[in-house]
Amino acid sequence: MTDAILEAHVTEGALLATRRRTLVSLRRGDRAFFWATRLSAYAVLLILGGIILSLLSGAWPAMKVYGFEFLVTQRWAPNAMPEPILGGLGPIYGTLVSSLIAMAIAVPVGLGIAVFLTEICPPRLRQPIATAVELLAGIPSIIYGMWGFFYLGPFLAEYFQPAVIGLFANVPVLNEIFKGPSSNLSLFNASLVLAIMILPFVTSVARDVFMTVPPVLKEAAYGIGCTTWEVVRNVVIPYTRVGVIGGVMLALGRALGETMAVTFVIGNSFRISQSIFAPSTTISAAIASEFAESSDLHQSALILLGFLLFVLTFCVLALARLMLMRLEKRAGK
Amino acid sequence: MTFRKFMRTAIAGAWCAIAAPALAADISGAGATFPYPIYSKWADAYKKETGNGLNYQSIGSGAGIKQIQARTVTFGASDAPLTVDKLKKDGLVQWPQVMGGIVPVINVEGVKPGELVLDGPTLADIFLGNIARWSDPAIARLNAGVKLPDTAIAVVRRSDGSGTTFNFTDYLSRVSDPWKTKVGANTAVEWPVGVGAKGNEGVSANVAQTKNSIGYVEYAYAKQNKMTHVDMINKAGKRVSPTLGAFQAAAANADWANAPGYYLILSNQPGEASWPMTAATFILMYAQPADKAASAEAIRFFDWAFRAGDRMAEELDYIPMPANVKEQVRKTWAADIASK
Repeated sequence: MTDAILEAHVTEGALLATRRRTLVSLRRGDRAFFWATRLSAYAVLLILGGIILSLLSGAWPAMKVYGFEFLVTQRWAPNAMPEPILGGLGPIYGTLVSSLIAMAIAVPVGLGIAVFLTEICPPRLRQPIATAVELLAGIPSIIYGMWGFFYLGPFLAEYFQPAVIGLFANVPVLNEIFKGPSSNLSLFNASLVLAIMILPFVTSVARDVFMTVPPVLKEAAYGIGCTTWEVVRNVVIPYTRVGVIGGVMLALGRALGETMAVTFVIGNSFRISQSIFAPSTTISAAIASEFAESSDLHQSALILLGFLLFVLTFCVLALARLMLMRLEKRAGK
Repeated sequence: MTFRKFMRTAIAGAWCAIAAPALAADISGAGATFPYPIYSKWADAYKKETGNGLNYQSIGSGAGIKQIQARTVTFGASDAPLTVDKLKKDGLVQWPQVMGGIVPVINVEGVKPGELVLDGPTLADIFLGNIARWSDPAIARLNAGVKLPDTAIAVVRRSDGSGTTFNFTDYLSRVSDPWKTKVGANTAVEWPVGVGAKGNEGVSANVAQTKNSIGYVEYAYAKQNKMTHVDMINKAGKRVSPTLGAFQAAAANADWANAPGYYLILSNQPGEASWPMTAATFILMYAQPADKAASAEAIRFFDWAFRAGDRMAEELDYIPMPANVKEQVRKTWAADIASK
């Protein structure tokens, strides 16, 4: 390789000096490349550290006033006298529950789509469906928000919610979770919109890893008389478990932080209701709604919420890593 | 080579731009979202007439106050006036520039615009959650002859901090003691019930598509979206509809002459024809501006708006300030804002 470059540089009758100069310039280029990549990598760490520091310094006044009470207080009264009473329990609860419901819907459906695409689907349909699912990921979140607000919300409030409320009216516990009145904007609606938004993440990762299963394994299973379900259950999923969990965690990360679509459809209420058909709020929706007009302690509390979301997302990713490590260890046995 | 040539041209171009004589800078301001449509309309007309532009960022009243305190803009705009103490502390001067009305809107099947009437305490009870059904006797008592369904009331309110909310909650605090003690008045409050929607447009869209709902929006939004407004019983005990005339009546009754620092909130004004939820929006400027030329330029713009902007304001459903108030504001400019 180097010789080829030298060939180009060192012309006929070239002196030794030219050769040396070329070598030096090549080495210099290498050095510059090394430092450029290295500094880019350091910059990421620096930016991350800077974000954490600025979040902490912004959140400090609220931390000092509310302390750990902030995590268990539900009241959010920025105009209370003499001092605002601010607690983050409502948005924290909304963030966790909406993501949880979204995952409960998106993971089975997303895996189902991936299984269909790789195992069952006729080849002619495969590409169109896969492209359609991936296009879902390309839709800006504000579009999901508007669609949820103008079409999905009214539809759910008119038909779906009353039916479910009626269905569980006499079942203990469930009648509290699915309690009326139905609402155009609710925790459940936000979860459903989130589920659709994260579906492509689950599906495309799962599809990609399902394709890596060696055909010989599947054919062996089919050869001994396994059904498609048994092949998927006992061969495909165990083989690709790590990749699938990676995709699921990626989706969860997006669900936790999603802002605009959720702000549109969740109803922005800081009160925690047992019913998932009641309005709620999430950390990112609360910040997006209130930050512009906030000041002093109110603003500091919003930054503290942002910091908590940061920690929450970090914990989720750390937990995912831990789970993956344990799974790998068990698989190794 | 072409890339290098392009870069050379670009750099030369940039140098020229920097070296070129500075043009007259635009007037810069930031603040309330509520008057943004009229400020930008005025700015357009003013630019056509004088060649001077106005750069107004509608980032919200609270943020506008912060910007002027940080002296990053020539003027700030807020829907809630600052108290005299605060003005003194920061060395600011404020005046009302234009007014608007806030209107309760509903979406109840069979009820036409202006058919339903509410009084202040009842409205407060609805937004407190104390009145939860449309068939409640407190509503029926005011509305003999109007057929109201026996369904739950869906309350829609703002999720973002807003001057509209400040003026609405201020009115409710004046007419309802339970509201005053439990919720109070602010740009963002602790709402006891309801769903939160972003901006006037969010609330109006939400009310429009939620059955049996009630919300509050700026008059312009109610009018442009042809929403079902609610009549109110005002301080004088008379039923009034939200019209420009009713807003003007409230404004005319306001005693600006005896309001130090123009600290006056227009809700619940006396007068038989006064709409109870009328609000002024304010401009904030420094008494001792760092850049006196920019400050004078801004005042020229607001003076021009007082002279030539009334019709444009009415076209957008804002209410111009009465002539005597304009005169008073002009005197304030001359007396309180240093121009030299």
